[in-house]
Amino acid sequence: MHLLLTKDLSIEFGGLQALKDLHIEINNREIVGLIGPNGAGKTTVFNLLTGVYLPTSGAMRLEGNSIIGKKPFEINRSGIARTFQNIRLFKNMTVADNIKVSMHQNMKYNTFSAMFRLPSYWKEEKKVDIKAREFLEIFGMEDKADQLACNLPYGQQRKLEILRALATKPKILLLDEPAAGMNPTETQELMEVIRRIRDQFNIAILLIEHDMSLVMNICERLYVLDYGHLIAQGTPEEIRTNPQVISAYLGS
Amino acid sequence: MDFFNHIINGLGLGSIYALVALGYTMVYGIVKLINFAHGDIIMVGGYMVYLIMVKWGLPIWLAVPASIVICAFTGMLVERVAYRRLLVHNAARISLLITAMGVSIFLQNAFMLIFGTDPKLMPPLFQAEPFKLGSFELASTTVINIVVSVIMMIGLNLLVNKTKIGKAMIATSEDSSAAKLMGINTNRVISFTFAIGSALAAVAALLYCNTYPQIKPSMGNLLGLKAFVAAVFGGIGSIPGAMLGGYLLGVIESLTKAYVSTTLTDAVVFGILIIILLVKPAGILGKNRKEKV
Repeated sequence: MHLLLTKDLSIEFGGLQALKDLHIEINNREIVGLIGPNGAGKTTVFNLLTGVYLPTSGAMRLEGNSIIGKKPFEINRSGIARTFQNIRLFKNMTVADNIKVSMHQNMKYNTFSAMFRLPSYWKEEKKVDIKAREFLEIFGMEDKADQLACNLPYGQQRKLEILRALATKPKILLLDEPAAGMNPTETQELMEVIRRIRDQFNIAILLIEHDMSLVMNICERLYVLDYGHLIAQGTPEEIRTNPQVISAYLGS
Repeated sequence: MDFFNHIINGLGLGSIYALVALGYTMVYGIVKLINFAHGDIIMVGGYMVYLIMVKWGLPIWLAVPASIVICAFTGMLVERVAYRRLLVHNAARISLLITAMGVSIFLQNAFMLIFGTDPKLMPPLFQAEPFKLGSFELASTTVINIVVSVIMMIGLNLLVNKTKIGKAMIATSEDSSAAKLMGINTNRVISFTFAIGSALAAVAALLYCNTYPQIKPSMGNLLGLKAFVAAVFGGIGSIPGAMLGGYLLGVIESLTKAYVSTTLTDAVVFGILIIILLVKPAGILGKNRKEKV
């Protein structure tokens, strides 16, 4: 069974067909890329998968269960997490708190024991704090735990967003242009980290990216969108030489 | 030493404003709505105590928690019935504001219909000897107001900064759609915020009735408006700001009554608000948000 599957997925905004009959399948532990020229509908796919938009028609299944009509927080809890193209951290919270917010639904104590500082609160809070710091170690950011998120440099804000998404314990992680604004060294590091995340957390990753070196390097399969239509799919080698893809990118 | 006495009395009055202002500021922080029906929650709280204690003759230890719970529930109900659909569909702010006014008018008229328009006398709730501090004598109500409001605020601060629901509240207020995508049920967070704000208004109602033992359906109007002023004064959306604004407003009011004129009190209070906003448009503790381009 596929981990994530969409079938005939379409959405219209007024008269605009933003996405038409999208079929994608993602298996466990796969790193898949979603590419296409600007305005092709890539972020729309993410917004559909996370419940921000409701599709006009079609099916979406996570582990065989339909996720259509579920609310964003329910979809997140059932195992899809994402990052954003433009960074949307909780800027005035500390780095550690940004991650703790995501662990929210996995925490056990109730408000009563928190207000009266019962042992269950301390135990759980300590566990979560250690967990949050462990997450930060993935990117070597444990020394930044108590800073405000808005004071981090740009590259680290991007990384924190990935960690925050990971902290919700997803089965599949959607990354929207993770390398945007990163320099080549940072991008190189990011590629290694994406692989490491897949291996360490055993999750699938679907990413949107314009940086072709990153896409061609780490993605096992690619889907190419143009004007809301899937125009090609296959391994990076197949895509690189696909005439339709070349014409979509370069114009013909 | 009269001056010191006026300050303490002002703080006692300000405690009530501060508690109500917290409700305005929390709701504003989360959903950017000026909940004009918030003042009427105080009225609901007052009438519940009246109903339970005077009409039914039940003891105070039952009336106090019952009125707090009923107010919290009323706040949640108002949000669920009147605001939820507008919030979910991202309605214009002005529609929300007008809905809030509608809810306020509805609540006042409903209570007029049930209890009549004439003011009702309240029995004293908490009685105590005046506190003596050397040559000072402080009314027990003033001391109770200050102590209760400080305890409430400490509790609220712990709730917001130290608990998971508090973190979820901050996250929702910063970016609610991102919070949703991180698995936070923002509707529940909003509902909880209304409940907490309304519970604080109920506590304010108890203190108010204890200080001025009279209730009427329109009692929430001026009290709510002044608390709103206090919230704006301190910087709307900021919890410490609402507390500071409330206390300051109380002190200003008390000093004006003592040294300027009793009849001009409200004019002075609102006049000061205008001046503060001209100098610091975001309020005393409010942050000037710069939009990034």
